[in-house]
Amino acid sequence: MPSDPAFAVDIELTRGDTRIATRFAAAAGITALVGHSGAGKSSVLACVAGLLRPDRGRIALAGDAVFDSATGVNLPPEARACGMVFQDLRLFPHRRVRDNLLYGWRLADPARHFMALDEAADFLGIDGLLDRWPRTLSGGEAQRVAIGRALLSGPRVLLLDEPLSALDTARRAGIMAVIERIRDELALPILYVSHDRAEVARLATTVVEMD
Amino acid sequence: MLTADEWGIVLLSLRVNAVAMLVALPVSFALAWVLARGRFPGKVVLDAAIHLPLVLPPVVTGWLLLLAFGTQGPAGKFLAHWFGITLMFRWTGAALASAVMALPLMVRAMRLSLEGIDHRLEQAARVLGAGPWRAFATVTLPLAMPGVLAGLVLGFARALGEFGATITFVASIPGETQTLPLAVFNALQSPDGAHEVFRLAVIAVVISLAALVASELLARRTGQHAL
Repeated sequence: MPSDPAFAVDIELTRGDTRIATRFAAAAGITALVGHSGAGKSSVLACVAGLLRPDRGRIALAGDAVFDSATGVNLPPEARACGMVFQDLRLFPHRRVRDNLLYGWRLADPARHFMALDEAADFLGIDGLLDRWPRTLSGGEAQRVAIGRALLSGPRVLLLDEPLSALDTARRAGIMAVIERIRDELALPILYVSHDRAEVARLATTVVEMD
Repeated sequence: MLTADEWGIVLLSLRVNAVAMLVALPVSFALAWVLARGRFPGKVVLDAAIHLPLVLPPVVTGWLLLLAFGTQGPAGKFLAHWFGITLMFRWTGAALASAVMALPLMVRAMRLSLEGIDHRLEQAARVLGAGPWRAFATVTLPLAMPGVLAGLVLGFARALGEFGATITFVASIPGETQTLPLAVFNALQSPDGAHEVFRLAVIAVVISLAALVASELLARRTGQHAL
């Protein structure tokens, strides 16, 4: 019997004048949401994370419904165990890197931890940044910290919103390698929003077109 | 150093001010939050009502307090009947007058800082596992702290100098409602009070400077991440 898909999404929502409808089911690996800007890719991520409420439909993570308009299920974001890396990162400016990384780690049930701070810092190459303030980080460093913060919260899926768009070519390669290692070594299902076809061709296991 | 009467005036002023800030701080933060984040009909009216004590002559504010909290006023009757509390001609009434006069300045400072906080940071906290209250306590509140402190300093300064609303609402009773500014005015009225006015003025300067230094030290401790 096949196991439940990592992501099963079938939702409709309205953002301004735009009607967004998408339906996909994806196994582990990297599922890329692609489409022109304004197609609602980021809105779909926000729906999965629980930050936006679809008009109707169902979202299930590994078989658990986190949203289902038919049965009235709508878990708040803090109960969904999604690790999200926002396009604008949203590191907490009043906490040092270490406390940004540990924010979700401290809140998560210890049973969900699959990494400790040292491992994550080592994995992402940010050991030397732990005592810095977020405003002093470069774009690539901040990106790694944001990914680390999401990983340390013990998520069951990772949601990445255009993680490479703000980086120059050299740093892109570094972050892309990190994402591949998360896919392969941590076996964490990833939902990945991008508008870059080359990026998607290299990384994605499943491609979902949105129009 | 200070005479017993002067100590009495200083301690009364500090007590009135402390209670005024204790009351005004949560109220003004809640109002600032509602004005910064809320969208509801009547927001303009609420905003205007909060600012009223800032633009009205303080004597008129004091008279309005008298109407509301006097023995015949609706709020005054309510408090007397259910809690046995009378504010008129009491030091607690002086605290209320100070709090009301300080409120608009405090709300303004806190609202500005709350409006400057990116609410998407709270979303990030929620996704990381924080409930709404924890997200508020660990993200919004610390980021708003410089504004809260600024509001507290402004409010403290305003309350320390409060005169018009206080003398109208609770009169100038030595030992009960005669705070520092009222005592200065009282000394000015007496023919041989010039020396006392000078002494009280020095006390006012010392208290104000101490408050300013304290707020600066606090701001440095809480605001080290500030951009």
